[in-house]
Amino acid sequence: MKICVPKETYAGEKRVATTPEVISWLQKLGYEVAVESGAGKEANFTDEAYESAGAEIISERKALWDTADIIFKVRAPDEEEVELICEGQTLISFIWPAQNEELMSKLASKKANILAMDSVPRISRAQKMDALSSMANIAGYRAVIEASHHFGRFFTGQITAAGKVPPAKVLIIGAGVAGLAAIGAANSLGAIVRSFDTRPEVKEQVESMGAEFLMLDFEEDGSGEGGYAKVMSDEFIAAEMALFAEQAKDVDIIITTALIPGKPAPKLITEDMVKSMKSGSVIVDLAAEQGGNCALTKPHEVNLSDNGVTIIGYTDLPSRLPTQASQLYATNLRHLITDMTKEKDGNLTIDMEDEAIRGATVINAGEITWPPPPPKLSAAPQKPAIEQAAKPEPKNPNPLVKMIPIIMGAIVLIWLGKVAPPSFMQHFTVFVLACFVGYMVIWNVSPSLHTPLMSVTNAVSSIIIIGALIQISSSGFFLTALAAFGVLITSINIFGGFAVTQRMLQMFRK
Amino acid sequence: MSEGLVTVSYIGATILFILTLGGLSNQETARRGNIYGIVGMTLAIVATVFGPAVSGITSYIIIAVMMGAGAAVGIILARKVEMTQMPELVAILHSLVGLAAVLVGYVSFMGDSGTYTGVEKVIHEVEIYVGILIGAVTFSGSVIAFGKLSGKIGGNPLLLPARHWLNLGLLLITIWLGSWFLSAAEAHSASAFIPLIFMTIIALAFGVHMVMAIGGADMPVVVSMLNSYSGWAASATGFMLSNDLLIVVGALVGSSGAILSYIMCRAMNRNFISVIAGGFGTTSGGSSGGDEEQGEIQAIETDEVAQILSDASEVMIIPGYGMAVAQAQHTVNEITQSLRKKGVNVRFGIHPVAGRMPGHMNVLLAEAKVPYDIVFEMDEINEDFPDIDVSVVIGANDIVNPSAQEDPNSPIAGMPVLECWKGKTTVVLKRSMATGYAGVQNPLFFKENTRMYFGDAKESLDSLLKAIQSD
Repeated sequence: MKICVPKETYAGEKRVATTPEVISWLQKLGYEVAVESGAGKEANFTDEAYESAGAEIISERKALWDTADIIFKVRAPDEEEVELICEGQTLISFIWPAQNEELMSKLASKKANILAMDSVPRISRAQKMDALSSMANIAGYRAVIEASHHFGRFFTGQITAAGKVPPAKVLIIGAGVAGLAAIGAANSLGAIVRSFDTRPEVKEQVESMGAEFLMLDFEEDGSGEGGYAKVMSDEFIAAEMALFAEQAKDVDIIITTALIPGKPAPKLITEDMVKSMKSGSVIVDLAAEQGGNCALTKPHEVNLSDNGVTIIGYTDLPSRLPTQASQLYATNLRHLITDMTKEKDGNLTIDMEDEAIRGATVINAGEITWPPPPPKLSAAPQKPAIEQAAKPEPKNPNPLVKMIPIIMGAIVLIWLGKVAPPSFMQHFTVFVLACFVGYMVIWNVSPSLHTPLMSVTNAVSSIIIIGALIQISSSGFFLTALAAFGVLITSINIFGGFAVTQRMLQMFRK
Repeated sequence: MSEGLVTVSYIGATILFILTLGGLSNQETARRGNIYGIVGMTLAIVATVFGPAVSGITSYIIIAVMMGAGAAVGIILARKVEMTQMPELVAILHSLVGLAAVLVGYVSFMGDSGTYTGVEKVIHEVEIYVGILIGAVTFSGSVIAFGKLSGKIGGNPLLLPARHWLNLGLLLITIWLGSWFLSAAEAHSASAFIPLIFMTIIALAFGVHMVMAIGGADMPVVVSMLNSYSGWAASATGFMLSNDLLIVVGALVGSSGAILSYIMCRAMNRNFISVIAGGFGTTSGGSSGGDEEQGEIQAIETDEVAQILSDASEVMIIPGYGMAVAQAQHTVNEITQSLRKKGVNVRFGIHPVAGRMPGHMNVLLAEAKVPYDIVFEMDEINEDFPDIDVSVVIGANDIVNPSAQEDPNSPIAGMPVLECWKGKTTVVLKRSMATGYAGVQNPLFFKENTRMYFGDAKESLDSLLKAIQSD
């Protein structure tokens, strides 16, 4: 089958749905690939690069769409593109079916198959095709870069000959993929990073990225289905807003990433909070497209508040890092298509039993199959119910029980002392002392030398040769023969053991 | 040489043997330690040969011929053995000590029984009996261990029905034969041989049965345990011959082996008795992790592995038995060298029971000329994992299994493991998705930051080396 990748038509969209590197993977799966001329130009992938990777370059848009069995796109198709879709074709792109009902019905009437990259369920095995996470990662990173671009100071603190520079303080609200990426980027620029999220289980992730997790003194878990957040109670929101108001006075940069699936973005930064911020501060609102987390956000643009706070409402942050975004998106698509091409014969099958593919398929042969049944597994596993209560108290063994072996040992020794002749007791003394010496010495042996220890103790234990040597002068051929054989095998052991130990020890070097 | 001189020589030899073991406390002094051992052994043998116990020109000739032959065989063995085969060699050498103890016991019984009377005689007889018993168990157990380690006998535990009762029965019979032996020997009756021979056969059977019932993963414990037995056998022989040198050396070796067994058991969080009783994980194994959703593994290709290794600044290599089987230690060293040249800090993390005998991995890495100061024990590096960029697990499974810490129902629960999943990325080299010796599925493979690098360890590492060098 043929995969076609048209140039994105949306104004300012710089991403492209495949890269030359991914094309070779697609070919390994048995697909032919065609790319519209200039499709990768904005993302720094030339037509020549695509061509040398084995793709066909088609310059006429309609011709490209007509030859296609499968179409890879980034943005949802516009009206003109919808018209180009033919029956039986498969289109894979972002669709946002919840927000675009009209588009969905139009697409359905085309009797095509539509897979929405934004509808890939958030289950662990579908992570490799989760384009939302890839894009969120880029958006988070870019948000910090945009903020630093509009911020008039260093992020990192410095002490220079010209005076001391305090580090920037960054507050990141919402520690999802974008939030964590922003934490990482801001942290590596040297800022003091704080983060807040309604889901307490992300505390560890936030801290692992190098930020301080702001805690609310409030018992409520904001984890919703599929690893997203849910709407919180009014009391919680009041406490949360108080925290933000307090933080707004202190921090220099706020990056908000709070989204609740299927709902307008929660308003977290009020006008008053913006007013309380220092002049020159920056707010980056990653939820601008869904209405914004900040009351003053204007989607798609940058505006300046009366007191000099820059509010960035860009909605195309991933597209502002086009090469990286295209690479990750193309790889997500490749993983999806790999799962749909089990035979590697270049034929796409839409397996509605496969949870990941079922979730992504929003239109199957003209029939709207969205929304899918809810995913069974949460990306962040539910923390297991508290089990500590069931833990049994550690048993405190009766001290008498512990004493039993010692007592028995003592009894045996006393018995031995009564019945055994002095000569035996002498040997026995030597034996017990030697055991203690061995115990003391062996604990000092380095664990890396345990193998040489075994081979050398093996050689040493062949001291038993002494016994055989003493007996060799015994009377009688049979006894001498037995003793001689004993000498033979113990000599093997002595020489073999010492030689192999020496060989091993010579290998250990610095 | 007079009796007094012989005794002085023995004291010297004893001190030298203690110094030998003391020398092994670190790599610098270890070679000197081995020399002490050789000197001590020479001193002891020379003193004995020229002492009052050995007389007659024939004796000297026999000794010379036998020792010469033994030396030739031993040195050839030591030269030829591959480092991966060390466990087998050690096992078969242990069997020789056991066999020698049996021989010396028999000769001692037939030769000089008449020189003792009364209680001393009884004690002497008991010593012979016990000496032969330990010797025979060591012998047959070591032969089976050798067979298992060299793959001549299957690694799975052989579990006879009611095996604990069987062992108990054998023990009772041995005690009963012992009393028969003592009463017969008291009467200077030749019939004392009958119980002695029966006991030897039972001891041999017991040795076979004991090691057959122990699974492949428990082999480090078995090898150390047999090491310990060979020491006790020498010690028992020393009692039998009233020879303090043998007693002391046997006790040293015996306690050394016992401590090693203890260390190995602790490293597997297993009770010594339960290892000896045999059958690893046979009661609870296989039930855990079977029905759980394990998630999906993520495979990785050579180029990507080379890339992440070259980009890392801290790499930890965790070798397991798989590396020994694939003989991949030299390639591992070359990869280490190339990465270190690129400024990557490569270190090794060794689990105490990695491989088939204590310290096995260290010897293999030493053979491949990996400097020992970048090879670390589990306890030394386990806390460093959060700072590690890439951990490379080569042919290991159970020693990196997080369920030992996370799943209280796992058969390996509580066993200390290398916490590689706490690092940024873990690359696992593995032939297939089969479980380890414990038969437990490993959740590590399904972790988000784990990448599976499938294939034969040697081939994978060879191509990885090329990819790193061409990078």
